[in-house]
Amino acid sequence: MTALWDKLLARVAAGDRFAGLFATRTGDSVTLSAHVTTAVGIDTLETELPQGAASYPALTPLLGAAFWYERVIHDETGLVPEGHLRLAPLLRPGQPLPRHVEGYGLFTIPHGPVRSGVMESIEYLVETPGEAIPHLNMRVFYKHRGVTSRFTGLTLADGVLLAERTEGIASVAHALAFCHAAERIAGCAVPPAAGLVRVLHAELERVANHLDAAVRLADAAGLAVATARMALHKERVVRLVSRMCGSRFGRGVVIPGGVSALPRLSPAELSAELGTLHRQITPDAAALMATSSFLDRLRGTGPLTPERARQHGALGPVGKASGFADDHRLARPYDGYRTLTVPPARAHTAGDALARLRVRWEEVDSSFGLLRSAADALSSERATDQLRATCEPADGRALGWAEAPQGEVLYDVSLRDSRIVRCHPRSASFHNLVLMHEVFAGDILTDFPFIEASFGLSVAGVAL
Amino acid sequence: MSLWVLRGLRDGVVTTRWPAKPDPYDDTWRGPAEVTGSAPAGDVADLCPTGAITVTEGAVRVDQGRCILCGRCVVERPGVFAWSRGAAGPAALTREQLVIPELPETDAAVQAARARLATRTRALRRSVHVRHVDAGSDGSEEWEIQALLGPVYDLHRLGVFITASPRHADVLLVTGAGAHGMSAPLRTTYDGMPDPKVVIAAGTDAVSGGLLADSEATTGGVGATVPVDIWLAGSPPSPFGILNALLIAVGYLTPEGRRSR
Repeated sequence: MTALWDKLLARVAAGDRFAGLFATRTGDSVTLSAHVTTAVGIDTLETELPQGAASYPALTPLLGAAFWYERVIHDETGLVPEGHLRLAPLLRPGQPLPRHVEGYGLFTIPHGPVRSGVMESIEYLVETPGEAIPHLNMRVFYKHRGVTSRFTGLTLADGVLLAERTEGIASVAHALAFCHAAERIAGCAVPPAAGLVRVLHAELERVANHLDAAVRLADAAGLAVATARMALHKERVVRLVSRMCGSRFGRGVVIPGGVSALPRLSPAELSAELGTLHRQITPDAAALMATSSFLDRLRGTGPLTPERARQHGALGPVGKASGFADDHRLARPYDGYRTLTVPPARAHTAGDALARLRVRWEEVDSSFGLLRSAADALSSERATDQLRATCEPADGRALGWAEAPQGEVLYDVSLRDSRIVRCHPRSASFHNLVLMHEVFAGDILTDFPFIEASFGLSVAGVAL
Repeated sequence: MSLWVLRGLRDGVVTTRWPAKPDPYDDTWRGPAEVTGSAPAGDVADLCPTGAITVTEGAVRVDQGRCILCGRCVVERPGVFAWSRGAAGPAALTREQLVIPELPETDAAVQAARARLATRTRALRRSVHVRHVDAGSDGSEEWEIQALLGPVYDLHRLGVFITASPRHADVLLVTGAGAHGMSAPLRTTYDGMPDPKVVIAAGTDAVSGGLLADSEATTGGVGATVPVDIWLAGSPPSPFGILNALLIAVGYLTPEGRRSR
């Protein structure tokens, strides 16, 4: 057991990234699987616990990033990670959390699960003497829907539908990660045209999500016109997606082996639409980033140090803003990204809400670049018209991943007799949300909505 | 700041006139599956991942409240199933009314539900406050509700507002499959609202649980926790669909799409 941890820690020290820890129960035995991201792919390190073991030495004291993963293992299997710092339930309701900070005048503001405005359900317990936030606790179990166990027994075709609904605002990325795993098991290659269609939908999803973060940030700053403008752009993006495929969230496009259909718009129409959208968004983004009253609220707010981002393996824009950029599209390309040029992320080290928004705008720009190249490439591919490779569900197990707007999405899929035996989805929201504990240094209650919006996560993907 | 004033004028009026005038986007929308033909029993029922299709005595029926819009039945059996059109989507006053073609016994139940709703909507006039509760959604429903607050749908032009406090709320807009963790908060929110109140189950997940109907962590829809008045299908429902359900809740529209005042 400790041999596994030693191996894992050596890999992380050598520069690999810790990407997840799961437990799988088969009959009486339990297997622990740790995923590490290498330069070329994702490796799985595994060990089977002794028969009837009720506990194992915890990883969390050695590697803090495993904090929530081991709480989930405890919830799902009942195993006790010995030496875990705070083994409270994560997916199930537990005792009210004891206050972390004690002192004169300190109290806890329970914020949620039903929160003001239209929000997903989560409970933040804000420990405060009145203005500063010395500590934040989170309870995420409210939305636990049993997604992970629901995958068991489904066919591949049904599994991809559930993957799309695992984290609804990143439907395409989840469907991609699931299908990549299925395609790796079957050993099938996605036709080039299908790979390009996948890129189109994945990048439009990224643009919509980043605009959503901009809407929330502008709204938090009380900029009514900026909020309305960003909401208008976001609506235009999701309408374009629905004109392409009939769903505003790109659902039903990605299927194992390829895509279900070409976009209903011709590549020429699509290029024109994309050009218009980009021309409309750019000046509003520039105006927002030149509004000093807005920037003042973001600068220095919710800082995550580059050191912590690296230790934790922070994903997506949260990692990139803190100088830790690991983008699958660039490092381990899949589908259409293999042939298209993904511009590398610009280096940021500030790690505050402003840096995270800057990363988002840079990603929006590079997304439009990718979208236009994909549309152009698709117009020359069109003659072949092959959109789907045969993806026969063989027995086996594989990992699949995709770069969602929130960061890496990881699926660990096992198949037997054409059915899913076990599927462990891991969203970027799950991996990144735990970092919210650490970013309130010096920030006050009114900074809360800025910090939350700058992370840009979805609670649905956390408590699976 | 003057910069933003000018930016706000850039595109003129982008707000839809719906429901007073038809909206072109509404008409292109693809809704839950509907039945256009007949098929031998057992042949089509297995197609559906959520069990929305039933065949009894040769008659094929689709429960739109279970339809997650995957389109498998439309692709596999185009002669029997088709997409329904119109973003306002199917909204119904009883759960059974979402089963099409209609079952013979639903008519009386719908009339009774309509009468019950009418007594409450009479009290709700042109300033209606809505409390939203997420009871285990996938996150997409929240996006569609937030879209209503944007300039394109602009909920406020119809006198409908989102409120933070259930004490101020007339309408409870519930999304999600009914996660067990949210049952108590949802019930508390409902109990905290003053009478008269109207409850909308927004989306296939809220109506039936969708793909998570059989999960051990959900109640398979929110109807098990709060008494639902308006059932809205769609996965997720479009912003027009949610707007439509809200206007039915305040008595401005009928489920058949007619203006009632």
